[in-house]
Amino acid sequence: MNFIEIFEIWVIAFSTLALFSFLYKDNPIYKLAEHIFAGLSAGYYVGLIWDTVILQQLWNPMLDGRWWLIFPGILGILMFARFFPKFSWVSRTSLAFVMATTAGIFLISQLHGLVLPQLKATMLPLVSDAGIAATFSSIIVIIGVISTLIYFYFSKEHVGALGVTAKVGIWFIMISFGAHFGYTVMGRVSLLIGRVQFLYEDWIGSFSQIF
Amino acid sequence: MCESGLFYWANGCFNRLSGRSLKREIYFDNWPYSFILAQPMRNPRLHNLRKLSLSVILALFPVSAWAQSSNELIRFDRFNAFILLVVFSAAVLIYTNWAKRGKTLFLRKIPGLDAVEEAVGRATEMGRPVLFIPGIAELDEIETIAGISILGRVAKITAQYETPLMVPVRYPLVLAAGQEVVEQAYIEMGKGDAYDKDTVRYVAGEQFAFTANVNGYMMRERPATNIYMGAFFAESLLLAETGNAAGSIQIAGTARPEQLPFFIAACVYTLMGEELYAASAYLSHEPVMLGGLKGQDFVKMLLIIALVIGILLVTFGWGDTYVTWFDAV
Repeated sequence: MNFIEIFEIWVIAFSTLALFSFLYKDNPIYKLAEHIFAGLSAGYYVGLIWDTVILQQLWNPMLDGRWWLIFPGILGILMFARFFPKFSWVSRTSLAFVMATTAGIFLISQLHGLVLPQLKATMLPLVSDAGIAATFSSIIVIIGVISTLIYFYFSKEHVGALGVTAKVGIWFIMISFGAHFGYTVMGRVSLLIGRVQFLYEDWIGSFSQIF
Repeated sequence: MCESGLFYWANGCFNRLSGRSLKREIYFDNWPYSFILAQPMRNPRLHNLRKLSLSVILALFPVSAWAQSSNELIRFDRFNAFILLVVFSAAVLIYTNWAKRGKTLFLRKIPGLDAVEEAVGRATEMGRPVLFIPGIAELDEIETIAGISILGRVAKITAQYETPLMVPVRYPLVLAAGQEVVEQAYIEMGKGDAYDKDTVRYVAGEQFAFTANVNGYMMRERPATNIYMGAFFAESLLLAETGNAAGSIQIAGTARPEQLPFFIAACVYTLMGEELYAASAYLSHEPVMLGGLKGQDFVKMLLIIALVIGILLVTFGWGDTYVTWFDAV
């Protein structure tokens, strides 16, 4: 290991331990790491956006003849109007454009990507030829989808039959959350193991190189 | 005649752009429009229908010219989504119209939303700030837009009580949108002078740098109320647990199923999925918002009915054609 590699390992180890120190309480070391992290990320993103968005997706393609990219470019420039209070209203055009296109695109993508496929996938026979297990699975899916949809129905008070169905729906939702919770915690534990492994093998391993 | 001429001119231009035969265009592909345009000649009462259809066609023209690669004016294989879109839009418009006319539209109670005002009131009593995070995604995420919309309502309450509000954001566009919404809320409440531009502030672009910064803020300033509304990812539990440790009342809302369990574990109230989108309508009670929500409910009921019909047809072995209506291409 050369000096640069050892230095890199020590910086990473310091940052890791500084951030872990928050588990004890807020302290100056954590504050230092937090500010370095925030400042570095801001600078990094300026460089990243300059290179991947402004150069690669706007300037270079325009030089290659895709002149119509000037329109999103103008929308971007309009955002700078926010620096001039008299003209700051102009920047709302860009914001309105982004929000409206998001809503429009999202509506279609959700219809096509989620609503229709999920409807089709739920149209299962109540009695399956593939046996009792498949029949049971179909019934669970059907009850789960319909009762969950009912839970998210806001136009009626959840009382009587509607209330019972909504309660079944919330059970399905909670069971699915439980599964998600376990799955995600497993992922986080593996991240922690990766950090501990780094500290134990790389950082403590580097002690022998220095001392 | 003039309008029809314009229509054929528009289609002719499209033909030239897409390189298709004019004959095929007029006699085959466009028969639905030709049929609609021909109706006023048979029935003058349908004149408005012709106007409407012409507007739609002319509006579609530039879109179709852009869609040359698909070489089709309209994707008929996506007709199912179009019908759903029309039904949904019509339902929203009808309900909005009813709401504007003063018809009472019932919405059931959503406990988490009723708690928002209480939580801001608590912050006022304690003399501590309210922290609102509109998620960590860009403005091109619908959850962020929902979060920003709820922020507008929360800002009105904080403006009314003169409670300090802090809104850390991760993206410049969300910063701009957030500032606009909060400033507007303060102006509407007659507290324009009390608005501080630093209420909504850019913190960091990197996910965990943002989280580290917000966590530090929570432990130092100890906001009385933390409201998380929008798209959250791996930082959800880090934020919510720190807020819990700082003794804040926490209300969260997201449509990310994988993050919801963490919020449920660490927050007092959690808005799940659709409830997040319903929140802005519920809080504002504005006719347009209410109409949207009621329209969604109407479509949900239609979908349940379509689902039940489909299940019954498939069970009796007659559902093959019906199921293909729900193909997503």
